[in-house]
Amino acid sequence: MKKNILKVAGKSLKSRLIVGTGKYKSFFETAKAIKASGAEMVTVAVRRVNILDKKKPILTDYLNPKKIIFLPNTAGCFNSEDALRTLRLAREMGGWKLVKLEVLGDKKTLYPNMIETIKSTKILVKEGFKVMVYCTDDPLLAKKLEDNGASAIMPLASPIGSGLGLQNKINISLIIKQSKVPVIVDAGIGTASDATIAMELGCDGVLINSAIANAKKPILMAQAFKDAVISGRNSYLAGRMQKNYFATPSSPIKGLI
Amino acid sequence: MAKIQLNGKKISIKSKFSIQDLLKKYKLEKKKIAIEYNGSIIPKINYNKKYLKNNDKVEIVHFIGGG
Repeated sequence: MKKNILKVAGKSLKSRLIVGTGKYKSFFETAKAIKASGAEMVTVAVRRVNILDKKKPILTDYLNPKKIIFLPNTAGCFNSEDALRTLRLAREMGGWKLVKLEVLGDKKTLYPNMIETIKSTKILVKEGFKVMVYCTDDPLLAKKLEDNGASAIMPLASPIGSGLGLQNKINISLIIKQSKVPVIVDAGIGTASDATIAMELGCDGVLINSAIANAKKPILMAQAFKDAVISGRNSYLAGRMQKNYFATPSSPIKGLI
Repeated sequence: MAKIQLNGKKISIKSKFSIQDLLKKYKLEKKKIAIEYNGSIIPKINYNKKYLKNNDKVEIVHFIGGG
C-alpha cells in the first residue's frame, strides 16, 4: 500500500480521493465536481424511483457507471436487514459486488451501529460481496471487521456531514498501523487541509461528500481536495522531519562575518 | 384489472400485466433499476415472465446521489 496506486477490493485507483454524489444543487454540478476532483470511484445511494414524475432527470443520465466506479451505499439504514436488502438490490441493479456498508445507530449523530455492522459484514462477505465498511474509530472493532473479511476499513473522522475534521488522530493512526486492508477516512472531513492531515497519517484514501458539495464553490473545492490528497500522500511517503523543542538554524554558522 | 402497490402507492393495472409492461408504462430502463416483488428480488431476465396480481407489492429502485 506504499505505492501511489490505491488497490481496494480488486480495483486499482490512481486517485486516492473517493467522492460522494449527494447534496449537490444539480446533477450537472455533481458531474462537474467529480471531474474536477479526479476521483475514479463515487458513492451512490439506492432509493425508490419517482413514479409520479417520469421526466425528472436521474443520476445515471449524468454519470456513467462504465466510466466511473459506482460504490452503492446503505445510507439511511439503521439495521442489518435494511442494509442487506439495499445492497442486494444494488447488486441486481449494477451487476457488481463492490459496496459500501454503513449501518447507523443514532439519528442525531449518525454514529455507526457496530454490532449490526459486523453482523452485516459477515453475511455480505459470505454472499460474495466486496464490502468497504463505514465504522467507528475503535481499533478493536476495525480489526474485527478486517478479520471478518472487510475489503476496506472506513473509520469516521467525525460525524457525517459535520465538517469537524479529524477528531482522533491517535485512533486513526492505530487503525492504519494494524490494518492489512486499505484504511479510508470517511465522514466529517470539513476542508482540504483535513484531507491532507488524514493522508499524512498514512491513510490509503479519503471519502468526501459534504465538504465539496456544501462549499461555496464546489467545483473549486473538488480541485482543492484533489491537490490536498496528493500533497498529503506525498508528504506521508516523504516522511516528516523530527519535531524539536528548540530552534536549529537553517543557514550555516561557519563563515559568518 | 388488478390493484397493486408500487413504491408505496396504490395503482391499477390491466390483467395479464408483467413487470416488463410496468417498466414500459413508467418509461424505465431495465439496466438502470432493480425490482423487489413481494419481498424478493426479481432477476432482470424474468421481468417478462412475471405477471402481476391483485395486492402485489412492487418496489422499483435506482441509484441516486449519496455520500
